[in-house]
Amino acid sequence: MRTRFPLRLEILLARATGGLSRLVGTGGGTTVPGKLLWKLDPRAVDELARRLSLGSTLVSATNGKTTTAAMTAGILSRKLRLAHNSSGANLVSGVASTLLAARDAELGLFEVDEAALPEVARRLQPRAVCLGNLFRDQLDRYGELELVAERWRGAVQELPDNSALVVNGDDPQVGDLGRERDPGPRTVFGVDDPRQANPTLQHAADSKWCIRCGTPYEYAAAYIGHLGDYRCPSCGHARPPLDVVAREIELEGIDRVSFDLITPDGSRRVRLGVPGLYNVYNALGAASLSRALGASLEEIQRGLEAFHAAFGRFERIGLDGKSLLVLLIKNPAGANEAIRTLLAGEAPSLVLAALNDGTADGKDVSWIWDVDFEPLLPALERLVATGDRAAELALRFKYAGFAEGAIEVVPPLEAALDRALELTPPGGELVALPTYTAMLALRDIVARRGFVRQYWEAA
Amino acid sequence: MEPLAVGHLFPDYLNIYADRGNIAVLSARAEWRGYRLEVQPLGAGAEISHGEHDLFYIGGGQDREQALIAPELASLGPALCEAFEAGAAFLAVCGGYQLLGRYYRDQSGEELPGIGLLPLHTVAGSRRMIGDVLLECELEPGARRTLAGFENHAGQTILDPGAEPLGRVVSGFGNDGKSGYEGCRRGRAIGTYLHGPLLPRNPWLADWLLAQAVAHRTGDLPVFEPLRDELEQEAHAVSARRAETRGGRN
Repeated sequence: MRTRFPLRLEILLARATGGLSRLVGTGGGTTVPGKLLWKLDPRAVDELARRLSLGSTLVSATNGKTTTAAMTAGILSRKLRLAHNSSGANLVSGVASTLLAARDAELGLFEVDEAALPEVARRLQPRAVCLGNLFRDQLDRYGELELVAERWRGAVQELPDNSALVVNGDDPQVGDLGRERDPGPRTVFGVDDPRQANPTLQHAADSKWCIRCGTPYEYAAAYIGHLGDYRCPSCGHARPPLDVVAREIELEGIDRVSFDLITPDGSRRVRLGVPGLYNVYNALGAASLSRALGASLEEIQRGLEAFHAAFGRFERIGLDGKSLLVLLIKNPAGANEAIRTLLAGEAPSLVLAALNDGTADGKDVSWIWDVDFEPLLPALERLVATGDRAAELALRFKYAGFAEGAIEVVPPLEAALDRALELTPPGGELVALPTYTAMLALRDIVARRGFVRQYWEAA
Repeated sequence: MEPLAVGHLFPDYLNIYADRGNIAVLSARAEWRGYRLEVQPLGAGAEISHGEHDLFYIGGGQDREQALIAPELASLGPALCEAFEAGAAFLAVCGGYQLLGRYYRDQSGEELPGIGLLPLHTVAGSRRMIGDVLLECELEPGARRTLAGFENHAGQTILDPGAEPLGRVVSGFGNDGKSGYEGCRRGRAIGTYLHGPLLPRNPWLADWLLAQAVAHRTGDLPVFEPLRDELEQEAHAVSARRAETRGGRN
């Protein structure tokens, strides 16, 4: 048992502001107290983290960190009291706020922004870290992908010797992390099911060249972007041996996916209540991380199967006899998978797409041109484009060959939602593809109308 | 429909800022004018025969990808310069823009060779210049137009004395964050840091490039009927406002 230090005034003060910011209606209060604490004394974050008797664990990735952390929480929360930043506030300030709010937690479980990972890891000295994937995303904020990879290499090198490291072996950059750690515990997860492979490497593949010698990788199977079973024909750099594997994957439309989860402790058939190959990757990350933290195979299976969509990720919201299906899109690889999974069900004839360009969305909107929206077009009859950059989004569809006359540009989000709902038949489902801040705003609108809980009440 | 041949240089490597959006816009607008754009990817070991291509496109890549293809591009350099002299048009964006210059000198002082088609060189800077940009251009005397885009580069590009920039920076950083100019124009070749991608929200430049390509093919500069471009104008206006309110400051 660690010694509990009395809380300092800064911490008490920052904690009080969380309730205050909700009270005055400035939002969920999810980062306000953390930001304040951060300003008062950055080291207070380290101190709060040390109060967790079982330490902290971190999850980072370009795509899937919120879901992977939520799945891990589902597995672990039956036995442990968690401090978990489930609302997606994943910078240092968000972690600080969660620590402030979680008074009697035993284990910290934090999804962490890719760029914030080195600092959070340095402060929290985590006992386990799960690293999922690296794709091009918000280049205006992160700079080049290679820079993020470099920072991750540094963060992994600085981890405490006894920290458990979980990496996605299917990503050439990520699967190489910690290879030199000796004998540090390292778990590699990946997919082994060539039936689910793409016929060719997608446009959104980024790490296509050997990280050692620059030769293009050869893929025995490419699953999502550059994730897959790769090998360099020149120097032999290849996917590392997998410890935790998914095989016999069955994609069941937009509602479910099941697979054989193979671990060193045995195998289980897992039926997820969320769809898509990318959720298999999320589940593998969560399973590997939970296992590293001592969860049994039974606990892992039960936790995964009880899991429901993290907010805004294939989330279905009932609205007056209609429903709204919200699929967050934020970068090419993630958006492609959302669309691929959506099309495993009935292709929508109407789509509400929302493009904002705030800091959290990426100020540079060029990424929408790298998304493969084209598979939506054969069934699409009408597009309602909304958000700050609605016209830009409309152009993306126009130059993909979609009739300009079938596009309605309605920049204000609420008006666009109403227009799209008006076009949705009674009993029908409206598919919404919003970027991050548009997703939050959309959820706020339907919450105000009483159809969904606010995210800070959901945990 | 009349064919127009586009050579797309290293599309597998240089595509970081949605360069395929620029190609999509060129293809569609060519078709609306009765031309069929034939886009040919040109990678390692490609052969460029004399007069074959009316327009060349080269996009942006990360440092690593640029370094991987620079030697291959250098070997195509003489053929590309010859094509330029013979009247082919060029659009080079971001990393591709740097590589059309003479060289790119990185942080460690090492030089990546360019092909020297544009009169400029680039030196790695310590801060990245990231943000929305608005330019004012005058490609033809008396025809002032604006270009709105997004820039993200650490390289500082320095034009040779007397070289013609693409435009004057209204808002944003531009070539080097100090000169007040952005891009480079030499005859029918345009180099710029602006992506976003560039052409969807600046269709006039797409049309200008297509007209140059037609001129290369037929010897006559066509006059295109204007298109409606309502969405394009709106996207341009929003992007221009972004540059004014939050573009890079020096």
